[in-house]
Amino acid sequence: MGEPRLIEISPVTRVEGHGKVTIHLNGDNEVDEARLHIVEFRGFERFIRGRLMWEVPVIVQRLCGICPVSHHLAAAKAMDMIAGVDQLTPTAEKMRRLMHYGQVMQSHVLHFFHLAAPDLLFGFGAPAEKRNIFEVIKEQPELGKRAVLMRKYGQEIIEATAGKKIHGTGAVPGGINRNLTITQRDHFLSSIDDMLEWALDAVKLAKDYTLEHEDLVAEFGSFPSNYMSLVREDDGALDLYHGNIRTLSSTGDVIFDQLPYSQYHERLIEDVRSWSYMKFPFIKELGPDAGWYRVGPLARMNTASFIDTPLADAAHKELKAVTGGHPNNSTLANHWARMIEVVHCVEKIRELLNDPDLQGEDLIVKGERRGEGIGVIEAPRGNLIHHYQVDENDQVTYCNLIVSTTHNNEGMNRAVKDVAVKHLSGHDQITEGMLNHVEVAIRAYDPCLSCATHALGQMPLQVELFDADGVLVDSKAQSL
Amino acid sequence: MLLIGYGNPGRGDDGLGPAFSETMAAKGLPSWEIDTDYQLVAEHAFDVSQHDLVVFADAEIGASVPYSFREIKPGAQEVLGSHSLVPETVLALCQTLYGAEPRAYVLGISGKDFGEVKEGLSAEAQANLAEAEGFFLDWAGKLSACTA
Repeated sequence: MGEPRLIEISPVTRVEGHGKVTIHLNGDNEVDEARLHIVEFRGFERFIRGRLMWEVPVIVQRLCGICPVSHHLAAAKAMDMIAGVDQLTPTAEKMRRLMHYGQVMQSHVLHFFHLAAPDLLFGFGAPAEKRNIFEVIKEQPELGKRAVLMRKYGQEIIEATAGKKIHGTGAVPGGINRNLTITQRDHFLSSIDDMLEWALDAVKLAKDYTLEHEDLVAEFGSFPSNYMSLVREDDGALDLYHGNIRTLSSTGDVIFDQLPYSQYHERLIEDVRSWSYMKFPFIKELGPDAGWYRVGPLARMNTASFIDTPLADAAHKELKAVTGGHPNNSTLANHWARMIEVVHCVEKIRELLNDPDLQGEDLIVKGERRGEGIGVIEAPRGNLIHHYQVDENDQVTYCNLIVSTTHNNEGMNRAVKDVAVKHLSGHDQITEGMLNHVEVAIRAYDPCLSCATHALGQMPLQVELFDADGVLVDSKAQSL
Repeated sequence: MLLIGYGNPGRGDDGLGPAFSETMAAKGLPSWEIDTDYQLVAEHAFDVSQHDLVVFADAEIGASVPYSFREIKPGAQEVLGSHSLVPETVLALCQTLYGAEPRAYVLGISGKDFGEVKEGLSAEAQANLAEAEGFFLDWAGKLSACTA
């Protein structure tokens, strides 16, 4: 008989709320190594096995409390493929797009106003008790009200298209299970002009901050990288819902372009490292050292040839002009990019609301069953891949998910190191200001662990400082 | 009047809040608006500001009674994350943003099984839910009689 054993699984969440940064100093108190450890609960890929294919778009929403719609739609796209459907009806595709634009809009608004604004408004080194949304509201009450109403608008769109707030069921294999009523359409149209005006104001806020802090933005977590996103087939326009994969180098050279996303695994591979539960994806032909890439709003601004809505396109051109048309490598420029996408989403929502296809009755297409399906979408935080195989009983036998935070793993680690080198080297004490600089760098990527960021003006993050002998010199922990 | 039931039905007894609000919604209580959500978020402050009275229904961990019911005031501003707020913080946001301070209560329904990723309530939670429903209907009825 063996000895009793204790098996512990910790933490039990995905990334949300759990992060650790370790920083190693050499004998001269200079940063040798800095790492962000994110524990991403990947049990989903296992326990989804055995579930019926039609359940998957609903079940996967449990992956994330803040962007369940992204998982819902990525899974639904994979199930379309399994259902043998390559082209949805116009009503189904447009309803799904409306759902997605509502989701991206509300998620970006949450990030900018609730998570990033306290840093941008009060400064990275402001007292912790100052860095929260209440203080933002005190200083800018109108901003606070707008943020709430923009979030609410996006959430209501999700509810109207997915059926309910919790575990929506709108997208089904081969289509959608509802259309938009005239009453719903008119409700959303009644405030669309306000949404657009506020989105444009938010872009101006983010742009002004970026340009007014040009030196900070240029040095803070700024480094060359490859970029990846979906772009629209044929013309390379920004497309958050569907397209082919484009990858660019830091100088803007195409690595590969218009790759059907069903072939993602032929060009991308995930590396494993002993110190992190999260994988490190890279472009196969470039190898792990040169092939890592970034995803998300700034990556999309870098990869997209243009934006097919006029106001967002004009803003996109302004962003591109800052770097002479070349990719923008600055971590903090993500905030500007994120607000451009809010404008794009609102313009797209307005376009869709005026499209009679949303009241169409032809909702679902049937096709010839396949055993494998891949769905890819541009989620708020970046590219999201869902890959499934099912057996003859319609039960899932294989599941692989590559979420945005995983794509950005190397980029976030480099940002942490860049900030640590610039703001910590030569110091043997960790100050609150230094700690928040690290947080700001991570937060700009809007990873899931941002979710609890501004409780106590902090994110749940631990920073540990080791000397050259590996001895813990100092640590700072922030938790809920 | 507004009732918000919140929690994650995919985490066992954490679904008590949504189960409660959905049951009440099915009963069609006059003069009550019913909302069901995963968690409390900032935009609930706007919803709350539109009402004179709000009840937050949530699962409660480790309680020795089937349910608890208490009045709350705005506060706990420091417990503000990006989502998953506490009721007192929603009230504080409501007060700060809209200058509104409706009467507010928390109905905590005792649960037992929160660990697994699964749908459905434990037998104990179901029994507690039934008691909480009985209490609330009685309370809401008296409230209507008082305000009629």
